[in-house]
Amino acid sequence: MEKVAAVKMRDITKSFGSVKANDGVWLDIYKGEILALLGENGSGKTTLMNMLAGIYFPDEGKILVDDREVVIRSPKDAFDLGIGMIHQHFKLVDVLSAAENIILGLEGKLDLKAAKEKIRAICDAYGFEVDPDQKIYDMSVSQKQTVEIVKVLYRGADILILDEPTAVLTPQETDKLFAVLRNMRDDGKAIVIITHKMHEVEELSDRVAVLRHGQFVGDMLTKDTDAQEMTNMMVGHPVVLNIERPEPKDPKPRIRVEGLTVRSVDGILKLDDVSFTANSGEILGVAGISGSGQKELLEAIAGLQPVEKGSISYLEEDGTPEELIGKDPLSIAAMGVSLSFVPEDRLGMGLVGNMDLADNMMLRSFRRRKGFFTDRKSPHDLAERVVSDLEVVTPGIATPVRRLSGGNVQKVLVGREIAAAPTVLLTAYAVRGLDINSSYTIYDLINKQKAAGVAVIYVGEDLDVLLELSDRILVLCGGKVSGIVDGRRTSKREVGLMMTKLGGGRG
Amino acid sequence: MFDLTFFITRAVQQGIPLLYGSTGETLTEKSGNLNLGIPGVMYVGAMSGVIGAFFYEQSAKGALNPVLAVLIPLLSCLFGSLCMGLIYSVLTVSLRANQNVTGLALTTFGVGFGNFFGGALIKLAGSDVPSIALSATSACFKRSLPFASKLGWFGQVFLSYSFLAYAAVIISLLVAYVLKRTRIGLHLRAVGENPATADAAGISVGRYKYWATCIGSMIAGLGGIYYVMDYASGVWSNDGFGDRGWLAIALVIFTIWRPNVGVLASFLFGGLYILHMYIPSGMNLATKELYKMIPYIVTLVVLVVTSMRNKRENLPPQSLGLSYFREER
Repeated sequence: MEKVAAVKMRDITKSFGSVKANDGVWLDIYKGEILALLGENGSGKTTLMNMLAGIYFPDEGKILVDDREVVIRSPKDAFDLGIGMIHQHFKLVDVLSAAENIILGLEGKLDLKAAKEKIRAICDAYGFEVDPDQKIYDMSVSQKQTVEIVKVLYRGADILILDEPTAVLTPQETDKLFAVLRNMRDDGKAIVIITHKMHEVEELSDRVAVLRHGQFVGDMLTKDTDAQEMTNMMVGHPVVLNIERPEPKDPKPRIRVEGLTVRSVDGILKLDDVSFTANSGEILGVAGISGSGQKELLEAIAGLQPVEKGSISYLEEDGTPEELIGKDPLSIAAMGVSLSFVPEDRLGMGLVGNMDLADNMMLRSFRRRKGFFTDRKSPHDLAERVVSDLEVVTPGIATPVRRLSGGNVQKVLVGREIAAAPTVLLTAYAVRGLDINSSYTIYDLINKQKAAGVAVIYVGEDLDVLLELSDRILVLCGGKVSGIVDGRRTSKREVGLMMTKLGGGRG
Repeated sequence: MFDLTFFITRAVQQGIPLLYGSTGETLTEKSGNLNLGIPGVMYVGAMSGVIGAFFYEQSAKGALNPVLAVLIPLLSCLFGSLCMGLIYSVLTVSLRANQNVTGLALTTFGVGFGNFFGGALIKLAGSDVPSIALSATSACFKRSLPFASKLGWFGQVFLSYSFLAYAAVIISLLVAYVLKRTRIGLHLRAVGENPATADAAGISVGRYKYWATCIGSMIAGLGGIYYVMDYASGVWSNDGFGDRGWLAIALVIFTIWRPNVGVLASFLFGGLYILHMYIPSGMNLATKELYKMIPYIVTLVVLVVTSMRNKRENLPPQSLGLSYFREER
């Protein structure tokens, strides 16, 4: 059957200041097909799609919908053309209900009853579960995403764009989403999905299009290509796609956590009787749905979180334990426990956006020198070393961190923590939102630390990576330890089940 | 002897300017604009009304047409406060200036505007005392139902006020209805909570912010003219309006952004505002000043209580005080 193009983008160019985000891009989107849009961070995928959705307006080039040239000046124009986009950061109003969010921006008399009827009909047709009266702030991430998709369908969209839809979902939720997307494709809708995860591209998409540095590199049928070829196209040169996992050398217990219980300020139980041991020279992966207590666990070890019950001991080389609870974060850090937490906005923790690279390095070291004046020389040297070692792309050491792209910000953060020569490295979401090339640089860094005998606790989102990188995986479920499994022998399915049900539903 | 009926009537009359101010400010804040210029807007509203009334009285030479005597000050009041709303919107929405600074500047400007033209009019009128009396216009504004006085305490408490007082209540209830039950209200709330979302949903964020701020300013301005023409019986004296504008902003927080709650809350505030006249404090003026603090203390208590209950619906609009720019990265 001949494919019909739903959208044709021709010679699209868009600049932000002096940066060309898109440069003469050609792209066709076909009906009844799932297109995966690939590219490194900052290669202009989201910008390109935002122009279809009416968020940005192209500087040059034209867009054809159903072979008719159109001008998309606002999101409303996009809706009228049947284009709907589900953004990476959900565009929902927290204090409104699902139904109110779905009808937001439509014309006519406000009739919630009729709207709810229509929402239920859509849910039945594609297999969604949405309670129209539920408030957004009461919803889980995957529920919010469902509301976003229903919102787009409610407006009768025939072209759906999803920007990294699986970044926040568990494997089970992802499977469900993919099933729904396939339903919609079979219904004749055109679907574009932006993602960094190769196995998802291979599993879901029919066709792949690749962008590099704002330019269109090429497209091909998914069945004719593989992850290696796609990555090479994205990066522009061959890349080795294997995460190494050397056998741990001489593992010794380094951190022992027993019966750790933590409550949030509001009195909600965040960690419940958590016990485990982290060994030197080993990577302990921590898996769990976001908000299962990962953050609290790392913060408790780093001394940033008040603990209700339990003990955390740091074991010296000769095995003598030292209690960490009750110590202040500074003395814990002085013992060699280093925390790098990459929050969703990447800048919220550990780095100050308006300060330059050298000053950010200084945040970690300025206390070491006694006296009235600070030492500016060594942080400056450290910054230069991090920039050259980790290939940070920056105009210079004096550039405010805020101006760097996400991947480079993360390299600076992780680089600084590693430079402190820790004995325990706590890292959370180190590759959050990073493209495949930068991610591998970070994995490499972590592996080097492991080889140096550091006990690494790695909290990650991507299960595939956790399974390839970690020696052991600690699975959290609602603040409880659901189990600790061997990274070499477990499966994604098993870990996924353990994330949603204590002990994977068997125990 | 404490006369409850009289106290309630006074409290209501005190409360009406606050009600206008808080309804206008609530509408404005629902769009995400924190207009701290409301005290200035109410000053300008009052002064514009006074200017209109002054020149009409001068030209009519005693033979006032009651309809015109009401309409001219009312329209000039609305025009004056609309200008203030427009200045605020242009600065904060189109030019994305800092809302707090703009608002505070407008308050300073508004008070200065009122006092400057107040002084000018006092000179024009050649009056001996530092105030202008527009009693003829005020008499037209103050007309109330003729049979109210015959109905005893019921008539006193419920029917004895002028049309602007009832208009205040109706406008508040209307604003509450629009916010809660109509599509315009839903869109406006979305703009104030999360402008990026509203924008992505195809709502014109700028237009909603402009309309809400300008209409809100006009409503607030009416509070100014009510104060001069009704409460103060047509006497303008510089700085006479006092800190009522700030009290109106406190009232917005007190009612947790609900204009319908504002109706009763404004009367309560009005009562608290004049309470110091009814509490025997002797000649000690310091104690009186302390009693004047009561409305603000009540607002603080409400803030503490609502933040402890921590319900999402009771929080201020999420993007309150922030400018919105679509292509910000």
